Amino acid sequence: MLEIKNLLAGIDNKPILKGINLSVNAGEVHAIMGPNGSGKSTLASVLAGREGFDVTGGEVRYKGNDLLDLAPEERAREGVFMAFQYPVEIPGVNSAYFLRSAVNAIRKHRSEDELDAMNFLKAVKAKMKELGLGEEFLKRPVNAGFSGGEKKRNEILQMAMLNPWLAVLDETDSGLDIDALRIVADGVNRLRGPKNAQVVITHYQRLLDYIVPDFVHVLHDGRIIRSGDKSLALELEEKGYDWLVKEAA
Amino acid sequence: MSNVATTDPATTPVEAFVQLEQNGVELMPLRKAGLARFSETGYPTLRDEDWRFTNVKPLTELPFRPVTSPFDQTPGLEQLGEVTFGCLDADRLVFVDGHFKADLSQIADQSSGVTVSNLAHFEGELGSLSGGDDNPFVALNDAFFTDGAVIQIGDGQHLAKPVHLLFVTMAGEDGEAAHVRNWIVAGANSHGTIIESHLSLGQAATVTNVVTETRVGNGANVEHVKFQDQSAKAFHLASLHSELGRDARYAFHSIALGARLSRNNLRLRLAQPGTECVLNGLYMTRGQQLADHHMIVDHAAPHCDSHEYFNGLLDDQSRGVFHGRILVQPGAQKTNAKQTNKNLLLSDDATANTKPQLEIYADDVKCTHGATVGELDADAVFYLRTRGLDACTARRMLMHGFAGEIVERIRHDAAREELDALVWNRLEAKHQLD
Repeated sequence: MLEIKNLLAGIDNKPILKGINLSVNAGEVHAIMGPNGSGKSTLASVLAGREGFDVTGGEVRYKGNDLLDLAPEERAREGVFMAFQYPVEIPGVNSAYFLRSAVNAIRKHRSEDELDAMNFLKAVKAKMKELGLGEEFLKRPVNAGFSGGEKKRNEILQMAMLNPWLAVLDETDSGLDIDALRIVADGVNRLRGPKNAQVVITHYQRLLDYIVPDFVHVLHDGRIIRSGDKSLALELEEKGYDWLVKEAA
Repeated sequence: MSNVATTDPATTPVEAFVQLEQNGVELMPLRKAGLARFSETGYPTLRDEDWRFTNVKPLTELPFRPVTSPFDQTPGLEQLGEVTFGCLDADRLVFVDGHFKADLSQIADQSSGVTVSNLAHFEGELGSLSGGDDNPFVALNDAFFTDGAVIQIGDGQHLAKPVHLLFVTMAGEDGEAAHVRNWIVAGANSHGTIIESHLSLGQAATVTNVVTETRVGNGANVEHVKFQDQSAKAFHLASLHSELGRDARYAFHSIALGARLSRNNLRLRLAQPGTECVLNGLYMTRGQQLADHHMIVDHAAPHCDSHEYFNGLLDDQSRGVFHGRILVQPGAQKTNAKQTNKNLLLSDDATANTKPQLEIYADDVKCTHGATVGELDADAVFYLRTRGLDACTARRMLMHGFAGEIVERIRHDAAREELDALVWNRLEAKHQLD
């Protein structure tokens, strides 16, 4: 589904990603771990299509096509979803209105009928219940004045509604207490299936107790220095990152 | 315009006033005093502190032509049904070029204690609230007003429906001016909603100069929506003078979308303790438009709250001007006053001038003010795009949201919804032009 080959990227001529190789197949969950400054967020930004990042080499193929050639909205419509570490507050834009517009932009692209207000509400309310979000949530402006936990749950709600093939979750666990973490993880797990894939970017092993990955990759200084199964995450939890970094050096 | 001098001999206020006198209009003392004040000051210039950013010179270069008697041509009822708020379920007073049109108006029987009519022979206390103002356009209005609305809601009375004041200009000659005068009194514990709209059905460089005096009684609750959507050549000058009684609730919304130059002077006097006042404004300009809001909120009594929220969306070479002065008088303790002015520049050539000002003579008060001038938030545009919305839709949604912060404060549901849809359509039209 996702094929990253020798990806080089940076900001302002400063290289950050120095040759990432990663292959994600349908049905798999990959965790990308690493210390601060290792390039985790840059990788997420490049996959989402954020401006200001220069890709200087390598390629990213999604379902066989050049992902980097697509505008951010085209990536979304093709089924790539990014759950942000810091979701943007958008005062004045009503959550229900925004989400329905997004759902319909994607349905339209897939040649599906657009959801009318009634059907949209039915669908979204069911998902909100699963995520423990009250109905007043829909009336509030997007993320404006939301607590950290509410913002993250809103990301998962959007993901559930947009039903992506590939979801990239960037530090979705940061700022969550244990109950919120469980709710968010449940939301992600519900999306797991033989046709979907997830890339979970995280600093801590904690989230991986709830979203159990098939593969764990350790990112350091812009490269994946070790890959393994879920036991690697537990090892990192125990020993930290330093031993791996020394080994790689 | 070359035939102006031959067809219209009155080219100055003084000459026009002589004609007016010959027609035998009422309220001569008020009119004469107005003319005298105007003769003293003349039009404001950029040297006047209150007009620093708003140059009315193009207006002063137009022939001086108050429309003192109505033209024959009037819009049809059908045409009026199509304009903004034209189908709103309301009692409607229609004025064309400053003259009342009974046949286009629609006023249901009012309960006793409620008056909704045109000014006609009303004398009341016209000028009692605007009298202290040195704005030359108020002086001109005093001298030349033709008609306007009278709304009087008796103590404890509720307006069953909103009153819609629809001011239309049909005039086809540059400089033709409608001087309109409104008088609104809400008695103690009364309720009412007033929708005031100003539209052009012609394209000439016409002038609208409206003065509205409002007395909101003790415990009364009044919402007033002023909507200005005149043609791109029109000049629109408005002056509001409102005095609020004890525990009064007053919300004034100014939506300024049209006119080459619009200026809203808002003068609020919180005269008694316990009042809550909201001034809420949205201006959306493009081309060479200028929209100016200039307000003074006078906290003359303790325990009053005032909130001002003004958002501007400025495109092309247009300009938005905001001046907000909060004056807290000695003794007005426990004042809670807050004002914000936010401007979104949609083009490199657009300009925002903003001047929030606090003048405080009491020591136990809470006053805040803030102003911002900026562009659309690139992170927000990106965020929306990652959810499948194209860049244009994302930008439009953010602009709509920015305008929506203001529109959503309008309490009257039908008016709010109509305005919200109108704002969206304007943004869509802009997108199609781009």
